[in-house]
Amino acid sequence: MSEHETPFIRKYIFSEDHKVIGIQFLFVSLLFMIVGGLLAMLVRWKLGFPDQPVPLGTHLPFLAENEGHIGDDVYNMAFSMHGSVMIFLAIIPILAGAFGNFLIPLMIGARDMAFPKLNMLSFWIGVPGGILMASSFFVEGGAAQTGWTSYPPLAAVEAYTGVGTGQNLWIISVLFLGTASIMGAVNYITTIVNMRAPGMYFFRMPLTIWALFITAVLQLMATPVLASALGMLLFDRTLGTHFFAPTGGGQVLLWQHLFWFYSHPAVYIMILPSMGFVSDILATFARKPIFGYKAMAFSIMGIAGLGFIVWGHHMFQSGMNPALGTAFMASTMVIALPSAIKTFNWLGTLWRGQIHYTPAMMNAMAFVSTFVIGGLSGIFMASTPVDIFIHDTYFIVAHIHYVLFGGTLFGIFAAINYWFPKMFGRMLNQTVNTIHFVLTFIFFNLTFFPMHILGMGGHMRRISDPNLYEFLKPWQPWNEFISINAFLLGATQLLFIANFFWSLFKGKKADRNPWRANTLEWVATSPAPHGNWGDQVPTVYRGPYEFSVPGVAEDYLPQSSPATVPGHAPAGAAARA
Amino acid sequence: MHWFPEGVSTYSGTVDGLFKLILIVTGVAFVLTEVLLFVFAWIYRRREGRRATYTHGNNTLELIWTIVPAVFLVFLAFASARGWKAIKGSVPMTDEVVTVTGAQFSWEFRYRGADGAFDTPDDVVINDELRLPVGKPVKIRLRSKDVIHSLFLPNFRLKQDAVPGVTIEVWVEPTKTGTYEIACAELCGFGHTTMRGTLFVLSAEEYGAWLAEAQAAVAPPAEPTAGAPGATETPQQAPPA
Repeated sequence: MSEHETPFIRKYIFSEDHKVIGIQFLFVSLLFMIVGGLLAMLVRWKLGFPDQPVPLGTHLPFLAENEGHIGDDVYNMAFSMHGSVMIFLAIIPILAGAFGNFLIPLMIGARDMAFPKLNMLSFWIGVPGGILMASSFFVEGGAAQTGWTSYPPLAAVEAYTGVGTGQNLWIISVLFLGTASIMGAVNYITTIVNMRAPGMYFFRMPLTIWALFITAVLQLMATPVLASALGMLLFDRTLGTHFFAPTGGGQVLLWQHLFWFYSHPAVYIMILPSMGFVSDILATFARKPIFGYKAMAFSIMGIAGLGFIVWGHHMFQSGMNPALGTAFMASTMVIALPSAIKTFNWLGTLWRGQIHYTPAMMNAMAFVSTFVIGGLSGIFMASTPVDIFIHDTYFIVAHIHYVLFGGTLFGIFAAINYWFPKMFGRMLNQTVNTIHFVLTFIFFNLTFFPMHILGMGGHMRRISDPNLYEFLKPWQPWNEFISINAFLLGATQLLFIANFFWSLFKGKKADRNPWRANTLEWVATSPAPHGNWGDQVPTVYRGPYEFSVPGVAEDYLPQSSPATVPGHAPAGAAARA
Repeated sequence: MHWFPEGVSTYSGTVDGLFKLILIVTGVAFVLTEVLLFVFAWIYRRREGRRATYTHGNNTLELIWTIVPAVFLVFLAFASARGWKAIKGSVPMTDEVVTVTGAQFSWEFRYRGADGAFDTPDDVVINDELRLPVGKPVKIRLRSKDVIHSLFLPNFRLKQDAVPGVTIEVWVEPTKTGTYEIACAELCGFGHTTMRGTLFVLSAEEYGAWLAEAQAAVAPPAEPTAGAPGATETPQQAPPA
């Protein structure tokens, strides 16, 4: 713990401190989130105003030679890279990389990760992944144009898209990012299993930790499958193998099976951590124990387990045997159950609470509200016959954004609002972030809800100009409406960015426990030093959600508080005796 | 519900019916959860002198909100399985067959020529225009020349990926004559958006007459590039809407 003499480069660049690494992940993934968001703006410009050049487009690469208009190939590039950047470089690294790193040791009472060097390596293997993905825009032929799913043969043969190096860089970049994920996952699992503070039994862990733990298991088990598929695709492109090429006896659908065997669990990698954050934040600001703690923990495991046997629901119309479709439909219907259980338990947590409306709480409640929509719309796609019609339409686009923006991103906003004081020792401006929340919630819904209706109208996704189709022409005003709201949604984020950086330097100083919360990270100083705890690692005496305990004067009772409560069972573990 | 494109196949009603059924079930769940959320948000807002109720949960409630959704989900699963089996389970016996081949960026529709066999020089081959008879099941043999495409006939509620290397069979029975649109639903390259076709559902007589004429036009010279004359121009016989 001799950080007095740690040189700058070891303290902030090649750091082994989990908190610094977490913050590194946070900054990099927020940067890529801005990139991904700008790409989305391009996509929405094309759909909302297909005949008009992009403002200032004549000064932009790819658009300049086309007088500021977005060509069909550039459009394909924009949505492909929007999805790829958001998923691989923003959402997964911010959840697992930033919050996983920052929170796991602090919340279980460890001094650091089990393997600090591996942790550092995980970040620094992710960085070239990001650089490769970003640089693919500037090579000849531009970046990948095959969607974030990169289905072969489109993605396997250069002649089909005209994109050579860009697609190769995409594959290599995702390989790097996958490796970083696996390294992180190994570390998180080992740390949580082995390094919990005295008294931190598994069923005393905060749900954030449960969620990050199960997420790490998913990453460890699923990502190698993606890596193998990416390797085969790269070989098909560069070495002349035929894993996915029918001309050489390859199987086109093999890619989809392997890709979705990873990417469906990846959907849960992208939502479970947010579910964990939201559970902790709801309990803290409702000043109430989480409702049904064990049901919540087991439903996380249920989602993760079932998540491995539902991948085929992305392939109902792929030509896969229809009987297999029925099996995947059944498992997909079942996976809706744990999500329903979680939703009802969140509502139960709010019931008869004392709700404090901070920006963190509002974002967490928005998560519940929009996740309900994203979860329920999934049932439409699970139904095989309905999926025939809505598959590859805007109904799917609406669904994925209700889960990944409405769910995950509101969870991330909640988490940043909640843990910012612990990360940086300063408070975010609450007023600005309240305004940011209200506007984001409104524009988010106005952007994405109408997409369900477009999908019901049969509006295909990934088409650049719906006006070519008679049956889609009547939807043009809707597309314009959606685009305007998307721009406003994008602009609203400037508030958040400005507040983030302003508060970083000028925000009010935070004390150790500004939210009067129970979990261990609030025992450490804000920000916590390298090693987290000073001389003594905290001891855990109770569960994480002992709020408003009868007989206790305060409305919270930290996990590390040795106080005994008269006439009350100590553990917060049991759902109810 | 006028949100959907008009349904004109024997199973379009099945698809739309299931959609509406799910909409009702999920609609009830949606209203219930959102109303509870907003009501709780209002009545349990922070007020001085109150304390939150200390409870860790209730097992009876957990059971109820596990079993009730489970029952609905099982019900929806069975309803979906029935519809799926009827639509994609098996292709009905029919002598009306079209071979559809997706290629960057057009659809090729191939009918048997006068010899009654596919893949012979007298096949009737037309790009981007599909003609089908009303009231008769049609088997569609779906292929792809290059990348994955997806044959999407919105009014039929038919969507099926065309996968290179395999032939996939689907079927449809149109129920109403008219002119409709064909789209590609799977990203297939920079011309994906333009991979549009037109579907004409004709009466049995019109269809028979058209096919006979097209076959006659192809038969004698048997050129490899054979296509029905005028087939790719704007349709001469605008069918009754």
